[in-house]
Amino acid sequence: METTALEHRFNQKIEREEKIEPKDWMPEDYRKNNIRQISQHAHSEIVGMLPEANWITRAPSLRRKVALLAKVQDEAGHGLYLYSAAETLGTDREEMIDDLHSGKAKYSSIFNYPTTTWADIGAIGWLVDGAAITNQVALCRTSYGPYARAMVKICKEESFHQRQGYEIMCAMAFGTPEQKAMAQDALNRWWWPSLMMFGPTDGDSVHSQKSMDWKIKRYSNDELRQEFVDKTVAQAEYLGLTIPDPDLTYNDETGHYSFGEIDWKEFYQVISGNGPCNKERIEARRKAHEDGAWVREAANAFAQKRANQQVA
Amino acid sequence: MEQEKQKAALNLSLVMGDNALILGHRLSEWCGHGPILEQDIALSNIALDLIGQARLWLSHAGKLQGGKSEDDLAYHRDVFDFHNFQMVETPNGHWGKTLLRQFLYDAWHHAMLQKLVLAQDEDIAGIARKSLKEVNYHLRWSSEWVIRLGDGTEESAAKMQDAYADVWPYVGELLQKDFWLKELDQWIPGFTADEILAQWWKTVREVFSQANLPAEPMDWLYRKGHLGHHTEHLGFILAEMQFLPRAYPDATW
Repeated sequence: METTALEHRFNQKIEREEKIEPKDWMPEDYRKNNIRQISQHAHSEIVGMLPEANWITRAPSLRRKVALLAKVQDEAGHGLYLYSAAETLGTDREEMIDDLHSGKAKYSSIFNYPTTTWADIGAIGWLVDGAAITNQVALCRTSYGPYARAMVKICKEESFHQRQGYEIMCAMAFGTPEQKAMAQDALNRWWWPSLMMFGPTDGDSVHSQKSMDWKIKRYSNDELRQEFVDKTVAQAEYLGLTIPDPDLTYNDETGHYSFGEIDWKEFYQVISGNGPCNKERIEARRKAHEDGAWVREAANAFAQKRANQQVA
Repeated sequence: MEQEKQKAALNLSLVMGDNALILGHRLSEWCGHGPILEQDIALSNIALDLIGQARLWLSHAGKLQGGKSEDDLAYHRDVFDFHNFQMVETPNGHWGKTLLRQFLYDAWHHAMLQKLVLAQDEDIAGIARKSLKEVNYHLRWSSEWVIRLGDGTEESAAKMQDAYADVWPYVGELLQKDFWLKELDQWIPGFTADEILAQWWKTVREVFSQANLPAEPMDWLYRKGHLGHHTEHLGFILAEMQFLPRAYPDATW
Protein backbone atom coordinates (compact mmCIF):
# COMPACT_ATOMS: atom_id res chain seq x y z
CA MET A 1 0.00 0.00 0.00
CA GLU A 2 1.25 3.47 -0.74
CA THR A 3 2.23 5.76 2.08
CA THR A 4 -0.57 8.16 1.35
CA ALA A 5 -3.11 5.37 1.55
CA LEU A 6 -1.58 4.12 4.78
CA GLU A 7 -1.59 7.58 6.17
CA HIS A 8 -5.18 8.03 5.20
CA ARG A 9 -6.13 4.86 7.02
CA PHE A 10 -4.14 5.96 10.05
CA ASN A 11 -5.86 9.32 10.12
CA GLN A 12 -9.24 7.67 9.85
CA LYS A 13 -8.47 5.50 12.83
CA ILE A 14 -7.51 8.55 14.86
CA GLU A 15 -10.68 10.22 13.67
CA ARG A 16 -12.84 7.28 14.78
CA GLU A 17 -11.14 7.24 18.21
CA GLU A 18 -9.64 3.81 17.57
CA LYS A 19 -6.38 3.09 19.37
CA ILE A 20 -3.18 2.79 17.37
CA GLU A 21 -1.44 -0.46 18.28
CA PRO A 22 2.28 -1.38 18.04
CA LYS A 23 1.95 -3.35 14.80
CA ASP A 24 -0.16 -0.75 13.01
CA TRP A 25 1.43 1.47 10.43
CA MET A 26 2.07 4.95 11.80
CA PRO A 27 3.79 8.07 10.50
CA GLU A 28 7.42 8.27 11.61
CA ASP A 29 6.73 11.54 13.40
CA TYR A 30 3.89 10.00 15.35
CA ARG A 31 6.23 7.23 16.47
CA LYS A 32 8.96 9.69 17.44
CA ASN A 33 6.56 11.98 19.19
CA ASN A 34 5.22 9.10 21.28
CA ILE A 35 8.68 7.77 22.09
CA ARG A 36 9.70 11.24 23.21
CA GLN A 37 6.65 11.74 25.38
CA ILE A 38 6.46 8.25 26.88
CA SER A 39 10.17 8.00 27.65
CA GLN A 40 10.13 11.48 29.13
CA HIS A 41 7.25 10.37 31.28
CA ALA A 42 9.10 7.19 32.31
CA HIS A 43 12.22 9.22 33.20
CA SER A 44 10.08 11.56 35.29
CA GLU A 45 8.83 8.62 37.33
CA ILE A 46 12.35 7.36 37.93
CA VAL A 47 13.99 10.70 38.67
CA GLY A 48 10.91 11.59 40.72
CA MET A 49 11.75 8.75 43.09
CA LEU A 50 14.82 10.65 44.30
CA PRO A 51 13.39 13.73 46.04
CA GLU A 52 10.83 11.58 47.84
CA ALA A 53 13.21 8.75 48.71
CA ASN A 54 15.24 11.48 50.38
CA TRP A 55 12.74 11.34 53.28
CA ILE A 56 12.09 7.61 53.67
CA THR A 57 14.70 7.15 56.39
CA ARG A 58 13.41 10.26 58.19
CA ALA A 59 9.64 9.70 57.98
CA PRO A 60 8.14 10.77 61.32
CA SER A 61 6.15 7.60 62.07
CA LEU A 62 6.32 4.00 60.95
CA ARG A 63 2.94 4.33 59.27
CA ARG A 64 4.17 7.29 57.20
CA LYS A 65 7.41 5.50 56.46
CA VAL A 66 5.66 2.46 55.03
CA ALA A 67 3.29 4.62 52.99
CA LEU A 68 6.15 6.68 51.54
CA LEU A 69 8.28 3.67 50.72
CA ALA A 70 5.32 2.02 49.00
CA LYS A 71 4.67 5.20 47.08
CA VAL A 72 8.21 5.54 45.81
CA GLN A 73 8.14 1.89 44.87
CA ASP A 74 4.94 2.55 42.89
CA GLU A 75 6.80 5.24 40.95
CA ALA A 76 9.42 2.67 40.02
CA GLY A 77 6.62 0.40 38.81
CA HIS A 78 5.17 3.24 36.72
CA GLY A 79 8.60 3.77 35.20
CA LEU A 80 8.67 0.10 34.26
CA TYR A 81 5.25 0.11 32.53
CA LEU A 82 6.16 3.25 30.66
CA TYR A 83 9.54 2.01 29.48
CA SER A 84 7.76 -1.12 28.27
CA ALA A 85 5.14 0.97 26.47
CA ALA A 86 7.90 2.96 24.78
CA GLU A 87 9.71 -0.25 23.81
CA THR A 88 6.67 -1.29 21.76
CA LEU A 89 7.61 1.58 19.46
CA GLY A 90 10.98 0.06 18.65
CA THR A 91 13.34 1.71 21.11
CA ASP A 92 14.90 -0.07 24.09
CA ARG A 93 15.26 0.77 27.73
CA GLU A 94 19.05 0.91 27.69
CA GLU A 95 18.96 3.46 24.87
CA MET A 96 16.37 5.58 26.66
CA ILE A 97 18.37 5.49 29.88
CA ASP A 98 21.51 6.55 28.02
CA ASP A 99 19.59 9.52 26.63
CA LEU A 100 18.51 10.47 30.13
CA HIS A 101 22.05 10.32 31.44
CA SER A 102 23.50 12.26 28.53
CA GLY A 103 20.91 14.98 28.97
CA LYS A 104 19.39 14.32 25.55
CA ALA A 105 16.08 13.21 27.05
CA LYS A 106 14.18 15.42 29.44
CA TYR A 107 12.14 14.66 32.53
CA SER A 108 9.64 16.73 34.44
CA SER A 109 11.55 19.73 35.73
CA ILE A 110 9.63 19.72 39.02
CA PHE A 111 11.98 17.02 40.29
CA ASN A 112 14.88 19.43 40.10
CA TYR A 113 13.60 21.14 43.22
CA PRO A 114 14.84 19.97 46.62
CA THR A 115 12.81 18.33 49.39
CA THR A 116 14.07 20.16 52.43
CA THR A 117 11.41 19.38 55.06
CA TRP A 118 8.90 16.61 55.72
CA ALA A 119 6.11 18.95 54.57
CA ASP A 120 7.58 18.69 51.07
CA ILE A 121 6.49 15.06 51.02
CA GLY A 122 2.94 16.21 51.70
CA ALA A 123 3.19 19.03 49.15
CA ILE A 124 4.55 16.74 46.45
CA GLY A 125 1.71 14.28 46.96
CA TRP A 126 -0.91 17.00 47.03
CA LEU A 127 0.35 19.39 44.34
CA VAL A 128 2.79 17.51 42.14
CA ASP A 129 0.77 14.32 42.00
CA GLY A 130 -2.35 16.46 41.75
CA ALA A 131 -0.97 18.22 38.69
CA ALA A 132 0.28 14.93 37.27
CA ILE A 133 -3.16 13.36 37.63
CA THR A 134 -4.79 16.28 35.85
CA ASN A 135 -2.45 15.57 32.94
CA GLN A 136 -2.69 11.83 33.14
CA VAL A 137 -6.44 11.45 33.36
CA ALA A 138 -6.48 13.21 30.00
CA LEU A 139 -3.82 10.79 28.76
CA CYS A 140 -5.94 7.72 29.54
CA ARG A 141 -7.66 8.53 26.23
CA THR A 142 -4.47 9.16 24.29
CA SER A 143 -4.43 7.57 20.83
CA TYR A 144 -1.53 5.15 21.28
CA GLY A 145 -2.97 1.98 22.86
CA PRO A 146 -0.11 0.80 25.13
CA TYR A 147 0.38 4.32 26.51
CA ALA A 148 -3.34 4.77 27.19
CA ARG A 149 -3.55 1.44 29.00
CA ALA A 150 -0.45 2.16 31.09
CA MET A 151 -2.01 5.49 32.06
CA VAL A 152 -5.23 3.88 33.30
CA LYS A 153 -3.26 1.73 35.70
CA ILE A 154 -1.00 4.58 36.78
CA CYS A 155 -3.88 7.00 37.40
CA LYS A 156 -5.46 4.68 39.94
CA GLU A 157 -2.28 4.63 42.00
CA GLU A 158 -1.60 8.33 41.56
CA SER A 159 -4.93 9.37 42.97
CA PHE A 160 -4.18 7.27 46.02
CA HIS A 161 -0.82 9.04 46.35
CA GLN A 162 -2.48 12.39 46.09
CA ARG A 163 -4.88 11.59 48.93
CA GLN A 164 -1.94 10.44 51.01
CA GLY A 165 -0.10 13.70 50.33
CA TYR A 166 -3.12 15.78 51.22
CA GLU A 167 -3.53 13.81 54.42
CA ILE A 168 0.06 14.66 55.39
CA MET A 169 -0.74 18.33 54.71
CA CYS A 170 -3.89 18.07 56.87
CA ALA A 171 -1.97 16.57 59.78
CA MET A 172 0.49 19.44 59.59
CA ALA A 173 -1.86 22.31 58.81
CA PHE A 174 -4.07 21.32 61.75
CA GLY A 175 -1.10 20.44 63.95
CA THR A 176 1.25 22.63 66.00
CA PRO A 177 2.14 26.17 64.88
CA GLU A 178 5.57 24.90 63.76
CA GLN A 179 3.96 22.21 61.64
CA LYS A 180 1.60 24.70 60.06
CA ALA A 181 4.50 27.02 59.28
CA MET A 182 6.34 24.11 57.70
CA ALA A 183 3.28 23.29 55.57
CA GLN A 184 2.93 26.91 54.44
CA ASP A 185 6.61 27.05 53.54
CA ALA A 186 6.25 23.93 51.43
CA LEU A 187 3.21 25.37 49.63
CA ASN A 188 5.17 28.56 48.97
CA ARG A 189 7.98 26.65 47.34
CA TRP A 190 5.95 24.06 45.39
CA TRP A 191 3.03 26.09 44.10
CA TRP A 192 4.64 27.82 41.12
CA PRO A 193 6.76 24.88 40.01
CA SER A 194 3.56 22.78 40.10
CA LEU A 195 1.86 25.19 37.71
CA MET A 196 4.90 24.99 35.46
CA MET A 197 4.42 21.22 35.22
CA PHE A 198 1.78 21.75 32.55
CA GLY A 199 4.39 23.18 30.23
CA PRO A 200 4.61 26.45 28.32
CA THR A 201 1.51 28.47 27.51
CA ASP A 202 -0.32 27.23 24.44
CA GLY A 203 1.16 29.91 22.20
CA ASP A 204 4.73 28.87 23.08
CA SER A 205 4.39 25.10 23.16
CA VAL A 206 6.55 23.51 20.46
CA HIS A 207 5.05 20.06 20.38
CA SER A 208 1.44 20.83 21.13
CA GLN A 209 -0.40 21.27 17.84
CA LYS A 210 0.79 18.09 16.22
CA SER A 211 0.15 16.14 19.41
CA MET A 212 -3.37 17.52 19.55
CA ASP A 213 -4.07 16.59 15.90
CA TRP A 214 -2.94 13.04 16.56
CA LYS A 215 -4.90 12.91 19.79
CA ILE A 216 -1.77 12.10 21.76
CA LYS A 217 -2.75 15.15 23.76
CA ARG A 218 -6.44 15.82 24.30
CA TYR A 219 -6.35 19.16 26.10
CA SER A 220 -3.99 22.09 25.86
CA ASN A 221 -1.43 22.97 28.54
CA ASP A 222 -3.38 26.05 29.57
CA GLU A 223 -6.69 24.20 29.81
CA LEU A 224 -5.18 21.60 32.11
CA ARG A 225 -3.38 24.20 34.20
CA GLN A 226 -6.65 26.06 34.71
CA GLU A 227 -8.42 22.88 35.75
CA PHE A 228 -5.70 22.20 38.31
CA VAL A 229 -5.85 25.69 39.79
CA ASP A 230 -9.64 25.56 39.99
CA LYS A 231 -9.69 22.37 41.96
CA THR A 232 -6.70 23.13 44.21
CA VAL A 233 -7.63 26.56 45.57
CA ALA A 234 -10.45 25.23 47.73
CA GLN A 235 -8.19 22.50 49.07
CA ALA A 236 -5.68 25.11 50.23
CA GLU A 237 -8.48 27.15 51.81
CA TYR A 238 -9.66 24.13 53.75
CA LEU A 239 -6.14 23.73 55.13
CA GLY A 240 -6.06 27.41 56.13
CA LEU A 241 -2.97 27.90 53.98
CA THR A 242 -2.32 30.80 51.62
CA ILE A 243 -1.49 30.25 47.98
CA PRO A 244 1.52 32.47 47.23
CA ASP A 245 -0.12 34.46 44.46
CA PRO A 246 -1.46 37.96 45.23
CA ASP A 247 -3.24 38.02 41.87
CA LEU A 248 -5.30 34.92 42.48
CA THR A 249 -8.99 35.86 42.21
CA TYR A 250 -12.20 34.07 41.43
CA ASN A 251 -13.87 35.27 38.29
CA ASP A 252 -17.66 35.05 38.64
CA GLU A 253 -18.28 35.37 34.94
CA THR A 254 -16.00 32.58 33.76
CA GLY A 255 -16.39 30.42 36.86
CA HIS A 256 -12.60 30.05 36.96
CA TYR A 257 -9.77 31.42 39.05
CA SER A 258 -7.48 33.82 37.33
CA PHE A 259 -3.92 33.73 38.53
CA GLY A 260 -0.68 35.66 38.27
CA GLU A 261 2.01 35.41 35.65
CA ILE A 262 4.23 32.35 35.83
CA ASP A 263 7.95 33.09 35.95
CA TRP A 264 8.82 31.53 32.59
CA LYS A 265 12.42 32.55 32.92
CA GLU A 266 12.72 30.21 35.88
CA PHE A 267 10.91 27.47 33.96
CA TYR A 268 13.32 27.63 31.01
CA GLN A 269 16.33 27.91 33.29
CA VAL A 270 15.37 24.76 35.18
CA ILE A 271 14.58 22.89 31.96
CA SER A 272 17.92 23.82 30.48
CA GLY A 273 19.81 22.39 33.45
CA ASN A 274 20.14 25.31 35.83
CA GLY A 275 17.61 24.27 38.46
CA PRO A 276 18.60 23.74 42.08
CA CYS A 277 19.09 19.94 41.79
CA ASN A 278 19.48 19.07 38.09
CA LYS A 279 23.07 18.02 38.51
CA GLU A 280 22.46 15.92 41.66
CA ARG A 281 19.49 14.13 40.13
CA ILE A 282 21.25 13.04 36.98
CA GLU A 283 24.38 12.17 38.88
CA ALA A 284 22.42 10.00 41.29
CA ARG A 285 20.81 8.14 38.37
CA ARG A 286 24.09 7.76 36.53
CA LYS A 287 25.86 6.53 39.64
CA ALA A 288 23.15 3.93 40.32
CA HIS A 289 23.45 2.72 36.74
CA GLU A 290 27.26 2.63 36.69
CA ASP A 291 27.58 1.08 40.14
CA GLY A 292 25.07 -1.54 39.07
CA ALA A 293 26.87 -2.50 35.84
CA TRP A 294 28.79 -5.39 37.44
CA VAL A 295 25.54 -6.73 38.93
CA ARG A 296 23.78 -6.74 35.57
CA GLU A 297 26.79 -8.31 33.89
CA ALA A 298 27.01 -11.02 36.55
CA ALA A 299 23.29 -11.78 36.22
CA ASN A 300 23.66 -12.15 32.44
CA ALA A 301 26.79 -14.28 32.72
CA PHE A 302 25.11 -16.52 35.26
CA ALA A 303 21.97 -16.92 33.16
CA GLN A 304 24.17 -17.80 30.19
CA LYS A 305 26.07 -20.40 32.21
CA ARG A 306 22.86 -22.03 33.37
CA ALA A 307 21.45 -22.05 29.85
CA ASN A 308 24.64 -23.72 28.56
CA GLN A 309 24.42 -26.34 31.31
CA GLN A 310 20.90 -27.18 30.24
CA VAL A 311 21.90 -27.58 26.63
CA ALA A 312 24.88 -29.75 27.61
CA MET B 1 6.43 -18.33 85.78
CA GLU B 2 3.94 -16.06 84.10
CA GLN B 3 6.30 -13.14 84.66
CA GLU B 4 9.23 -15.02 83.17
CA LYS B 5 7.20 -15.92 80.14
CA GLN B 6 6.25 -12.30 79.69
CA LYS B 7 9.86 -11.25 79.94
CA ALA B 8 10.87 -13.82 77.34
CA ALA B 9 8.06 -12.67 75.03
CA LEU B 10 9.18 -9.07 75.40
CA ASN B 11 12.78 -9.91 74.68
CA LEU B 12 11.82 -11.94 71.66
CA SER B 13 9.56 -9.19 70.30
CA LEU B 14 12.29 -6.59 70.71
CA VAL B 15 14.96 -8.73 69.05
CA MET B 16 12.68 -9.58 66.13
CA GLY B 17 11.20 -6.08 65.88
CA ASP B 18 14.47 -4.16 66.11
CA ASN B 19 16.19 -6.43 63.61
CA ALA B 20 13.33 -5.92 61.17
CA LEU B 21 13.27 -2.17 61.73
CA ILE B 22 16.99 -1.55 61.40
CA LEU B 23 17.50 -3.90 58.47
CA GLY B 24 14.42 -2.42 56.79
CA HIS B 25 15.95 1.03 57.31
CA ARG B 26 19.19 -0.03 55.68
CA LEU B 27 17.39 -1.58 52.71
CA SER B 28 15.21 1.48 52.28
CA GLU B 29 18.41 3.48 51.70
CA TRP B 30 18.70 1.68 48.37
CA CYS B 31 15.32 2.88 47.15
CA GLY B 32 15.87 4.79 43.90
CA HIS B 33 19.51 3.71 43.67
CA GLY B 34 19.33 0.00 42.77
CA PRO B 35 21.33 -1.54 39.91
CA ILE B 36 18.24 -2.17 37.79
CA LEU B 37 14.65 -1.07 38.16
CA GLU B 38 13.20 -4.53 38.79
CA GLN B 39 15.64 -5.21 41.62
CA ASP B 40 15.17 -1.74 43.08
CA ILE B 41 11.50 -2.68 43.38
CA ALA B 42 12.28 -6.12 44.81
CA LEU B 43 14.56 -4.75 47.51
CA SER B 44 12.13 -1.98 48.42
CA ASN B 45 9.50 -4.65 48.72
CA ILE B 46 11.58 -6.53 51.25
CA ALA B 47 12.23 -3.29 53.13
CA LEU B 48 8.47 -2.75 53.21
CA ASP B 49 7.84 -6.25 54.52
CA LEU B 50 10.44 -5.84 57.23
CA ILE B 51 9.20 -2.47 58.40
CA GLY B 52 5.68 -3.89 58.38
CA GLN B 53 6.85 -6.78 60.56
CA ALA B 54 8.70 -4.35 62.83
CA ARG B 55 5.41 -2.56 63.42
CA LEU B 56 3.75 -5.81 64.52
CA TRP B 57 6.57 -6.88 66.83
CA LEU B 58 7.07 -3.43 68.34
CA SER B 59 3.34 -2.94 68.87
CA HIS B 60 3.34 -6.23 70.69
CA ALA B 61 6.42 -5.29 72.73
CA GLY B 62 4.75 -1.97 73.54
CA LYS B 63 1.64 -3.75 74.76
CA LEU B 64 3.76 -5.93 77.04
CA GLN B 65 5.39 -2.79 78.40
CA GLY B 66 2.11 -1.34 79.54
CA GLY B 67 0.68 0.34 76.47
CA LYS B 68 3.53 1.95 74.56
CA SER B 69 3.05 2.39 70.82
CA GLU B 70 5.19 1.16 67.93
CA ASP B 71 6.37 4.73 67.42
CA ASP B 72 7.25 5.18 71.10
CA LEU B 73 9.60 2.26 70.71
CA ALA B 74 10.96 3.12 67.27
CA TYR B 75 11.47 6.82 67.86
CA HIS B 76 12.08 7.26 71.56
CA ARG B 77 14.70 4.75 72.54
CA ASP B 78 18.43 5.33 72.40
CA VAL B 79 21.12 2.99 71.10
CA PHE B 80 21.60 0.97 74.31
CA ASP B 81 17.91 0.03 74.32
CA PHE B 82 17.91 -1.48 70.83
CA HIS B 83 18.07 -5.28 70.59
CA ASN B 84 19.00 -5.84 66.94
CA PHE B 85 22.07 -7.76 65.88
CA GLN B 86 25.08 -5.68 64.95
CA MET B 87 25.10 -7.23 61.49
CA VAL B 88 21.90 -5.51 60.36
CA GLU B 89 23.14 -2.04 61.30
CA THR B 90 26.35 -2.27 59.25
CA PRO B 91 26.44 0.00 56.19
CA ASN B 92 25.05 -1.37 52.93
CA GLY B 93 28.30 -1.34 50.96
CA HIS B 94 27.84 -2.50 47.39
CA TRP B 95 24.86 -4.53 46.16
CA GLY B 96 26.69 -7.80 46.79
CA LYS B 97 27.38 -6.96 50.41
CA THR B 98 23.80 -5.88 50.99
CA LEU B 99 22.57 -9.14 49.48
CA LEU B 100 24.99 -11.34 51.38
CA ARG B 101 24.04 -9.69 54.66
CA GLN B 102 20.42 -10.11 53.69
CA PHE B 103 20.85 -13.79 52.92
CA LEU B 104 22.63 -14.53 56.20
CA TYR B 105 19.91 -12.76 58.11
CA ASP B 106 17.11 -14.33 56.06
CA ALA B 107 18.49 -17.81 56.78
CA TRP B 108 18.31 -17.08 60.52
CA HIS B 109 15.00 -15.25 60.29
CA HIS B 110 13.43 -18.09 58.35
CA ALA B 111 14.66 -20.77 60.76
CA MET B 112 13.33 -18.75 63.72
CA LEU B 113 9.92 -18.11 62.21
CA GLN B 114 9.45 -21.75 61.29
CA LYS B 115 9.61 -22.49 65.00
CA LEU B 116 7.85 -19.40 66.29
CA VAL B 117 4.70 -20.30 64.40
CA LEU B 118 4.39 -23.17 66.91
CA ALA B 119 4.25 -20.83 69.91
CA GLN B 120 1.24 -21.22 72.15
CA ASP B 121 1.19 -17.48 72.61
CA GLU B 122 -1.25 -16.59 69.86
CA ASP B 123 0.16 -13.07 69.40
CA ILE B 124 3.65 -14.40 68.74
CA ALA B 125 2.46 -17.26 66.55
CA GLY B 126 0.24 -14.88 64.56
CA ILE B 127 3.03 -12.42 63.81
CA ALA B 128 5.32 -15.32 62.93
CA ARG B 129 2.76 -16.83 60.55
CA LYS B 130 2.31 -13.59 58.68
CA SER B 131 6.05 -12.92 58.58
CA LEU B 132 6.95 -16.43 57.47
CA LYS B 133 4.97 -16.05 54.24
CA GLU B 134 7.04 -12.99 53.39
CA VAL B 135 10.36 -14.37 54.58
CA ASN B 136 9.95 -17.51 52.45
CA TYR B 137 10.25 -15.18 49.52
CA HIS B 138 13.06 -13.07 51.03
CA LEU B 139 15.20 -16.15 51.57
CA ARG B 140 14.59 -17.49 48.10
CA TRP B 141 15.40 -14.14 46.51
CA SER B 142 18.57 -13.45 48.49
CA SER B 143 19.78 -17.06 48.03
CA GLU B 144 19.40 -16.74 44.29
CA TRP B 145 21.31 -13.47 44.23
CA VAL B 146 24.18 -14.75 46.37
CA ILE B 147 24.56 -17.71 44.00
CA ARG B 148 24.20 -15.56 40.91
CA LEU B 149 26.86 -13.07 42.02
CA GLY B 150 29.17 -15.71 43.51
CA ASP B 151 29.03 -17.69 40.28
CA GLY B 152 28.62 -14.83 37.80
CA THR B 153 31.70 -13.07 36.46
CA GLU B 154 35.23 -12.88 37.86
CA GLU B 155 34.51 -9.39 39.04
CA SER B 156 31.31 -10.38 40.84
CA ALA B 157 33.01 -13.37 42.45
CA ALA B 158 35.78 -11.09 43.77
CA LYS B 159 33.21 -8.64 45.08
CA MET B 160 31.43 -11.45 46.90
CA GLN B 161 34.70 -12.49 48.52
CA ASP B 162 35.10 -8.92 49.78
CA ALA B 163 31.52 -8.92 51.00
CA TYR B 164 32.13 -12.19 52.79
CA ALA B 165 35.19 -10.76 54.55
CA ASP B 166 33.06 -7.80 55.70
CA VAL B 167 29.94 -9.63 56.81
CA TRP B 168 31.06 -13.03 58.04
CA PRO B 169 32.62 -11.74 61.29
CA TYR B 170 29.15 -10.54 62.29
CA VAL B 171 27.32 -13.85 62.02
CA GLY B 172 28.66 -15.12 65.33
CA GLU B 173 26.01 -13.12 67.08
CA LEU B 174 23.24 -14.99 65.27
CA LEU B 175 24.73 -18.26 66.43
CA GLN B 176 25.07 -17.70 70.13
CA LYS B 177 22.79 -19.75 72.26
CA ASP B 178 22.18 -16.83 74.52
CA PHE B 179 19.79 -16.64 77.39
CA TRP B 180 16.93 -15.19 75.39
CA LEU B 181 17.12 -17.94 72.82
CA LYS B 182 17.47 -20.67 75.44
CA GLU B 183 14.44 -19.33 77.25
CA LEU B 184 12.42 -20.08 74.19
CA ASP B 185 13.39 -23.74 74.47
CA GLN B 186 11.25 -24.01 77.57
CA TRP B 187 8.48 -21.89 76.33
CA ILE B 188 7.72 -22.93 72.77
CA PRO B 189 6.97 -26.62 72.17
CA GLY B 190 9.43 -28.10 69.72
CA PHE B 191 11.73 -25.09 69.81
CA THR B 192 15.38 -25.71 70.44
CA ALA B 193 18.14 -23.23 69.87
CA ASP B 194 20.26 -26.08 68.50
CA GLU B 195 17.77 -26.74 65.74
CA ILE B 196 17.70 -23.08 64.70
CA LEU B 197 21.43 -23.06 64.39
CA ALA B 198 21.57 -26.39 62.57
CA GLN B 199 18.97 -25.15 60.11
CA TRP B 200 20.95 -21.94 59.58
CA TRP B 201 24.16 -23.85 58.81
CA LYS B 202 22.32 -26.15 56.43
CA THR B 203 20.84 -23.28 54.42
CA VAL B 204 24.11 -21.35 54.38
CA ARG B 205 26.21 -24.34 53.31
CA GLU B 206 23.81 -25.21 50.50
CA VAL B 207 23.86 -21.73 49.05
CA PHE B 208 27.54 -21.04 49.68
CA SER B 209 28.60 -24.24 47.94
CA GLN B 210 26.93 -22.96 44.77
CA ALA B 211 28.25 -19.44 45.29
CA ASN B 212 31.85 -20.56 45.76
CA LEU B 213 32.01 -19.12 49.26
CA PRO B 214 33.40 -20.88 52.34
CA ALA B 215 31.03 -21.55 55.23
CA GLU B 216 33.52 -22.24 57.97
CA PRO B 217 33.06 -21.51 61.64
CA MET B 218 35.52 -18.96 62.92
CA ASP B 219 36.56 -17.70 66.31
CA TRP B 220 33.55 -15.52 66.55
CA LEU B 221 34.08 -12.07 67.78
CA TYR B 222 31.58 -11.85 70.57
CA ARG B 223 29.06 -9.24 69.55
CA LYS B 224 26.17 -8.24 71.75
CA GLY B 225 23.83 -6.07 69.73
CA HIS B 226 20.87 -7.98 71.10
CA LEU B 227 21.96 -6.87 74.60
CA GLY B 228 22.25 -3.24 73.56
CA HIS B 229 25.96 -3.18 72.73
CA HIS B 230 26.17 -1.75 69.24
CA THR B 231 28.55 -0.54 66.57
CA GLU B 232 29.05 3.16 65.98
CA HIS B 233 26.67 2.97 63.04
CA LEU B 234 23.43 2.58 64.97
CA GLY B 235 23.65 6.02 66.56
CA PHE B 236 23.65 7.61 63.11
CA ILE B 237 20.75 5.49 61.94
CA LEU B 238 18.73 6.61 64.96
CA ALA B 239 19.79 10.26 64.61
CA GLU B 240 18.36 10.20 61.11
CA MET B 241 15.32 8.06 61.78
CA GLN B 242 14.24 9.81 64.98
CA PHE B 243 14.96 13.39 63.98
CA LEU B 244 11.40 14.67 63.50
CA PRO B 245 9.68 13.21 66.58
CA ARG B 246 12.63 14.34 68.70
CA ALA B 247 12.79 17.85 67.23
CA TYR B 248 9.02 18.39 67.51
CA PRO B 249 7.96 16.46 70.61
CA ASP B 250 4.44 17.96 70.66
CA ALA B 251 3.60 17.17 67.05
CA THR B 252 1.62 14.31 65.60
CA TRP B 253 2.18 13.55 61.97
